[in-house]
Amino acid sequence: MRNGTAIARVPAVRKTGRVRQRLRRLDVKASPYVYVAPFFLIFLAFGLFPLLYTAWVSLTDRNLLDPATQFVGLQNYTDLLHDSYFWNAVRNTLAIWVISTVPQLALALGLAHLLNTKLRARTLFRMSVVLPQVTSLVAVALIFSQLFGRDYGLINYVLGHLGFHHVYWEAGRFSSWIALSVMVMWRWTGYNALIYLAAMQAIPDDLYEAASIDGARPMRQFLHVTVPMLRPTIIFTVVISTIGGLQLFTEPYLFEPLHYGATGGSDRQYQTVAMYIYEKAFASSQFKFGYASAIAWCLFLLIAVISAVNFFIVRRIRSAE
Amino acid sequence: MAAVAVPRPSSRRKHLSRRFHRAGPLTYLFLILIAVGSLFPLYWSLVVASHDNSAVSAYPPVLTPGHELWHNIHRLFNSGEVNVSFWTALINSTIVAASVTAAVVFFSALAGFAFAKLRFRGSKALMLTIVATMLVPVQLGVIPLYIEMIHLGWVNRLPAVIAPNLVTAFGVFLMRQYIVGAVPNDLIDASRVDGCHTARVFWHVVLPAVRPAAAVLGLLTFMNTWNDFFWPLIVLSPRNPTVQVGVSTLASGYVEDYALVLTGTFISILPLLAVFIVLGKQIIGGIMQGAVKG
Repeated sequence: MRNGTAIARVPAVRKTGRVRQRLRRLDVKASPYVYVAPFFLIFLAFGLFPLLYTAWVSLTDRNLLDPATQFVGLQNYTDLLHDSYFWNAVRNTLAIWVISTVPQLALALGLAHLLNTKLRARTLFRMSVVLPQVTSLVAVALIFSQLFGRDYGLINYVLGHLGFHHVYWEAGRFSSWIALSVMVMWRWTGYNALIYLAAMQAIPDDLYEAASIDGARPMRQFLHVTVPMLRPTIIFTVVISTIGGLQLFTEPYLFEPLHYGATGGSDRQYQTVAMYIYEKAFASSQFKFGYASAIAWCLFLLIAVISAVNFFIVRRIRSAE
Repeated sequence: MAAVAVPRPSSRRKHLSRRFHRAGPLTYLFLILIAVGSLFPLYWSLVVASHDNSAVSAYPPVLTPGHELWHNIHRLFNSGEVNVSFWTALINSTIVAASVTAAVVFFSALAGFAFAKLRFRGSKALMLTIVATMLVPVQLGVIPLYIEMIHLGWVNRLPAVIAPNLVTAFGVFLMRQYIVGAVPNDLIDASRVDGCHTARVFWHVVLPAVRPAAAVLGLLTFMNTWNDFFWPLIVLSPRNPTVQVGVSTLASGYVEDYALVLTGTFISILPLLAVFIVLGKQIIGGIMQGAVKG
């Protein structure tokens, strides 16, 4: 049937054939670009453009309440250098980042090591370890804020029973940092452990064989085979935690009772840089978009610098060996 | 007594079969402790949500669930004492997460297909660019993004939280990796010989083959979108919130009603918990896959 119709239409096929061929070539050439275009269009419109435009807005005195925007040059940045609230926020952010990241990654490494054994109920353990990752930041922040409550929080109750004084977690600088770090660690340790676990399982068997022939016991194998082989993965997790940790917002924002000010406590004891951006731009009706953009751009630079330093340090370690 | 004799040969075997040594009792102890630590805060939210608010200040604290859960849920959804419409929040979050998930999976499969199987100039550079964007903290562009939304007239409307999330670099990357291995070149060539244009190849050959990866990507995307907070907080108001904004608004009332706040919190994590219990294995697989290849 099909053959028959095709033969009957030979002349037509020749003419449309050329058009078809051209269409076909166009299809082969253009399709890939059409297929990857959505990503780039949306990323440009809602990702890259706003980020770059932040740099421009930071050079103006743009304010949502005042339509007349003026170019002010580096004024916002010089103001920022003398803004003690800004430096306070930088200090808090860096401190919370270190306190939450270092123990978290160490714990994750140990946890991955434990999970990388012949285990009964393996899936169950893995699931319980990733469960916090499924929980939203908002839920984590609200649940833990209650647990860290001064008068009725469970943590203070347990401390009291162990013979310690109650801690007013939210009010102190260091104690609030600890509380926030616990929230971050609770949500992310299992996730990082799974990433390490995946990388551990990709380490070739012969390395362990060689090590055990050399008489290395499990602990030594862990330190001298597993950890060095995991280095790229460790870099990956450090970079990811840096980018995430320096933008910390939700936990401290919701840790504050009645949280509308985004000031991070009465003494700004745990206000992070991201919170300070939010405070200047959106909370407390200031709408200082120019100034807030300057803060955002500084945070961006800070993240870039710290990531570069991380990278540099890790490379130094590698070449030193 | 016989048990004493057992460890020796087995520990020797462990020595030789090096890596997957059997987990000892200490390992189990640690893992159980960590599992309990992971579960407890969630359990705790249920405990508080199922009691009267006065139970929060009970001494010693109540550690078992009570009978007030339905009452608290009723208060959350129906009464005038709540400063946010929780129904609206749930419906909004469902709409946002569903549309973002559908778009991310579709666009990622499309781009992943192009990068995995089609030849075009600049493909390597473009793929590298996409991977590099994962390292750009775009959240820092919120202020101009907000200005954009004002111009588009989307402030306080759902498109504002949908549009910026329609694609993710992680999605494209995951799909590319998967399609490279899962779709044989022969199959694509054969369908081309049959006269399929590229879009048909994508629709009839690639899309059916990527279902497993699409499921994982879809799950992770749905979770992330459902849990997103910073941007929705900025661009939406408590009158038209997502679940996360709604829950956080609950916590900003002038009376600290922990029972109500944690009821909202508990309900906000319930859909994800349900998904996780059913599909946890796939989610774990997704995280681990992304890790190895990332």
